[in-house]
Amino acid sequence: MNYFVRRLLTLLLTVFFVVTLTFAAFRIIPGNPALTILGTEASDEQIALLEAKLGINRPLPEQFIDWLRGAAALDFGQSLRFSEPVLKLIGDRFPVTISLALLALTITIAVAVPLGIAAARSKGKAADMMISIGTQLGLAIPSFWMGIALILVFGLVLRWFSVSTYVPWSENPYLALKSLLLPAIALAVPQIAIVVRYLRTTLLEQLNLDYVRTARSKGLKDHSVLFRHVLRNALLPVITVVGINFGELLAGSLVVEQVFTLPGFGSLLITAIGNRDYPLVQGMILLIAFIVVAVNFVVDLSYRILDPKIRMK
Amino acid sequence: MNPLLDIRELRLELQRTRKESVAVLDGLSLSVGKGETVGIVGESGCGKSVLSLSILGLQPNAMRITGGEIWYKEEYPLHDLKPRDIRRYRGSEIAMVFQDPMSSLNNGLTVGAQVTEMFRLHAGCSRAEAKERAIALFRKVGLARPEALLKEYPYQLSGGMRQRIMIAIAISCNPGLLIADEPTTALDVTIQAQILDLMRQIRDENDTAIMLISHDLGVIADMCDRIAVMYAGQIIEEGPVDAIFEEPRHPYTIGLLQSIPAPSKKQEKLFSIPGTVPGLAERQSLGCRFAPRCGMAVKHCYTEAPPLFGASPGHAARCWLLAERGGQADAIVS
Repeated sequence: MNYFVRRLLTLLLTVFFVVTLTFAAFRIIPGNPALTILGTEASDEQIALLEAKLGINRPLPEQFIDWLRGAAALDFGQSLRFSEPVLKLIGDRFPVTISLALLALTITIAVAVPLGIAAARSKGKAADMMISIGTQLGLAIPSFWMGIALILVFGLVLRWFSVSTYVPWSENPYLALKSLLLPAIALAVPQIAIVVRYLRTTLLEQLNLDYVRTARSKGLKDHSVLFRHVLRNALLPVITVVGINFGELLAGSLVVEQVFTLPGFGSLLITAIGNRDYPLVQGMILLIAFIVVAVNFVVDLSYRILDPKIRMK
Repeated sequence: MNPLLDIRELRLELQRTRKESVAVLDGLSLSVGKGETVGIVGESGCGKSVLSLSILGLQPNAMRITGGEIWYKEEYPLHDLKPRDIRRYRGSEIAMVFQDPMSSLNNGLTVGAQVTEMFRLHAGCSRAEAKERAIALFRKVGLARPEALLKEYPYQLSGGMRQRIMIAIAISCNPGLLIADEPTTALDVTIQAQILDLMRQIRDENDTAIMLISHDLGVIADMCDRIAVMYAGQIIEEGPVDAIFEEPRHPYTIGLLQSIPAPSKKQEKLFSIPGTVPGLAERQSLGCRFAPRCGMAVKHCYTEAPPLFGASPGHAARCWLLAERGGQADAIVS
């Protein structure tokens, strides 16, 4: 249990650091939310008045402590720009982003694991070469470009998907899935490439170990040796990679959302940063940081469940 | 006596590049009778392990049998079976015990899973039945608290326990032949003796033949009926254990025996055969492979490869010295 307490403290501390950094950075860089709202024509008095109203003329430590106090009670304040609670704005947009990221993750695992196995099994043969070239391409193509290409091919030429119409899950799960599928694929491609390469390497590493020879000497079929003995051991390090890359996946989805004009975190964050909408930026960064750290926590836990060696310690 | 395993003139080649290949084993003949224990000795790199692996088609991918035959029970041509077919004999008819029990078991699976899969695979047992049998088997190989052991992982156990588990797996389907490749090398001396006792007990109870590969002549002398000495991919001397130890004929065997430390000769420097085992590419293409390291080599040794000369019934050595002593050429090759 000691372990959990320690991990939880690290988790909170990391999030706190990220939030502090964000707070500090946004107050240091030039830009003034009052000025953005009122426009360049506004007089100094008007700006001062709005600053006072928004509470951004108070000393920084006071503002920070105020914000922390609110955040602790899950009150992230009002957006300066939209005059709505930050929590509500996040609540509207977050489901799009997270479901996009999770869908991309599912696609990644569903495609990369069989491909990685196929590559390792056909090491040095034509199939392995093809997969190697494919992953090379996958790594080289940026997600946003992939997104544009997908829109062009499947949306405009083949017309299999209607582009730029997002349907919430609550309205129609099938259409929601359909609207997220192309961006999720665009997002998944580089991830697939990474996981395939990594899995191939770990599989080949494991296949060289003595216990594989033992398993074969027992009379097991090749696929029993692979799936029963080797795969489990080879997947362990892959889980870590997938976990670490989840942050990457979130960042990527912010960009891909823009390409597909999905009403997710991407556009909101960009607007918030452009407008120096301090509470909104901080709230969103807090959430993203929390998710990334939490995912790593979950990866750690899953490792403890899957690897008997760690479980025992 | 009909041999259980009969290896005839086996040639195994390593594919170096697309066109070039070198012989790892060359003209190797060896037989193991039912219930017999045959020891194979030789320095590292002489091909003992590859020989043992090739019997079940487990040699590395780059190596292929290019000549000779391996017969099991006189009716199964192991050298000529498709991978799919040879699998049936692995573990059920011929089982292997490997050197390092630390790495030869899968640390990601429970001991139980690794033992019961043998019964499920070869005997078609149900899960419960396989578990019963595994527990009985653990008792047989002297493992305490067998029920608890089923759920444990190899890395939690000592080296001796792991090797007992390896042996349990190997004998699970009552194989006719057990191939043990350095089964005690990685263990400390007391555990070594226990494992050897266990192997003797198994041999006596089930009439299992054992092919014991070791560079430890003490272990070989202790266990075996017959010994084959390997050098650079060939058997250079073969015979009953007493004959080999008391009347070794090949200079290499003589050298091997002299390099065993003896407590009575404490002050003397330990004997060692000069030079090292030649690599695959450095092997003599002409003449005797041992000639460059041999103190008794004559000119003839470098120009013509010696055949096996019979020294006494069942005892033969691949050395020209025997020809001069009047041994009958090719007495044992039949």
